[in-house]
Amino acid sequence: MGGSRVDLTPQAAQLLCRLRAVHGPLMFHQSGGCCDGSSPMCFPLGEFKLGGSDVHLGDLAVDGLAEPVQVWMSRAQFEYWRHTHLTIDVVPGRGSGFSVEAPEGVRFLIRSRLLTEQELLELDGSVG
Amino acid sequence: MSKYAAPGEEGSIVSYQPRYDHFIGGEYVPPVKGGYFENPTPVTGQTFTEVARGTAEDVEAALDAAHGAAPAWGRTSAAERAVILNKMADRMEANLELLAVAESWENGKACRETLAADIPLAIDHLRYFAGAIRAQEGHLSQIDENTVAYHFHEPLGVVGQIIPWNFPILMAIWKLAPALAAGNAVVLKPAEQTPASIHVLLGLVADLLPPGVLNVVNGFGVEAGKPLASSPRIRKIAFTGETTTGRLIMQYASENLIPVTLELGGKSPNIFFNDVAAAQDAFYDKALEGFAMFALNQGEVCTCPSRALIQRGIYEDFLAASVKRVEQIKQGDPLDTETMIGAQASNDQLEKIMSYIDIGRQEGAKVLTGGERADLGGALSGGYYVQPTVFEGDNRMRIFQEEIFGPVVSVTRFEDYADAMKIANDTLYGLGAGVWSRDTTTAYRAGRDIQAGRVWVNNYHAYPAHAAFGGYKQSGVGRENHKMMLDHYQQTKNLLVSYSPDALGFF
Repeated sequence: MGGSRVDLTPQAAQLLCRLRAVHGPLMFHQSGGCCDGSSPMCFPLGEFKLGGSDVHLGDLAVDGLAEPVQVWMSRAQFEYWRHTHLTIDVVPGRGSGFSVEAPEGVRFLIRSRLLTEQELLELDGSVG
Repeated sequence: MSKYAAPGEEGSIVSYQPRYDHFIGGEYVPPVKGGYFENPTPVTGQTFTEVARGTAEDVEAALDAAHGAAPAWGRTSAAERAVILNKMADRMEANLELLAVAESWENGKACRETLAADIPLAIDHLRYFAGAIRAQEGHLSQIDENTVAYHFHEPLGVVGQIIPWNFPILMAIWKLAPALAAGNAVVLKPAEQTPASIHVLLGLVADLLPPGVLNVVNGFGVEAGKPLASSPRIRKIAFTGETTTGRLIMQYASENLIPVTLELGGKSPNIFFNDVAAAQDAFYDKALEGFAMFALNQGEVCTCPSRALIQRGIYEDFLAASVKRVEQIKQGDPLDTETMIGAQASNDQLEKIMSYIDIGRQEGAKVLTGGERADLGGALSGGYYVQPTVFEGDNRMRIFQEEIFGPVVSVTRFEDYADAMKIANDTLYGLGAGVWSRDTTTAYRAGRDIQAGRVWVNNYHAYPAHAAFGGYKQSGVGRENHKMMLDHYQQTKNLLVSYSPDALGFF
């Protein structure tokens, strides 16, 4: 497998543990566009129907959670994002969409960096 | 020049209540589970009211009220409904400043925009649909000498509407006007970032509507939006937001087999051809303002012209003049009428914009101006301000492909017409676009070749009623702002009538 495309901050991991206790197993789908978009949406696993138009970016292992948290993005959007590594962070905010963290007064946020050439080599072909 | 007193201060024309409940069945009703959430103003970051934290139980109560009201409301004449919409518009017009200041405080946007755009547009929108419903006619088809097919427009019944935070009152009216004109009862959920200004509006107009015709349930998407969007008791759901939630709403709608209208994101190109600079005249000045339009509403517009494409022949000079124009934008207290750009709507929105500016820099885009959070000092230090930012880069970069929803424009150059169209259409979205040219043929062809639902030619960010607005590609389904939106809030009843006295002869 090699490198990874997604990671999360310790703060985001702690939040996921709290949300897991309320909502059960969780997943992320990275949103595109408008008001609340360009943000990772966190849903109870299975709430959001995935399909052939989605790419599985990776699984986040979270200490204290039995199952990894899957991260997905639409394939069309992935084509424009595939050269970047994403770290899911959390900031104070009002949240939005139907993402489950909103009532906690916080919002998941994507922080990005460019993948290195070595990482791109390792990842090429490993998704999709 | 004038500066409005902030709500809560002495002399303010707006007085927000300390708490807002749900508006259900014509009265204010506390949330079943008793929860409230704080609502800060982006102007200072300070909480100014608290709002009911709605849950499925509240949504059910609102649906009960709407179902109670819908049959009688649906039978009112178009004339009666039009009178009500016009009266709502008149009340808003008489209280324009109050609504404008309330909206500015709620959302953080400059009051010069709410005074001149948000509220006047909302007023006109109500009047437009009051007129449109009066002028609407059914059709009939004469099948043969004795058989006639009558086609009536009937309301759907009870509909759900989920409103975004970037124009809280205007976007609510965009959705309410056609729905109410068509004779539907509505359950509306405002955005949790901007849940309060609609209650100032309700304070002015709610008595005009029969109880239960309009119900407002506040709360978070996951707690109140989902029970509404997934309810089998609505006949249609309208949503403005982003792609993932748009898909989720379509999923819920598919379970109930109901129609949806979606207004999703954009990454709108604003294209400046060489001939724009053929003269240094009023038109050239207008084009420079057109470039700076990315800062309107702090860039929190789905159609924000967030990609500027400038032709090679004028690239350096036009870009330099544009940056100069952008640097003249006055950022400040949103309640000051001289202020051109106010605060981003929320802290997480601010953080998201800064994370995009960060990846833009990492990808090698050059910051020509701005690029930082703005600290305006005093009480405004707690607010969410970002400098108008101009990036120069390449269309493959993330800042050219993802909606930042902030005052950030990404600029690149193009060689010729074909190159302009290739770059313009190299995007997932197709909501808006701008074309600037003195040559009408170029402007026309570009307008037709760009895959977007709204192409502004030699102007930008105008939203008059009677001009259809909606997306191509991943930018949504449906067309607001136009009488064709009535179709999305009506169903066709065909009455097939035989006037023949004779049996068919089959049995």
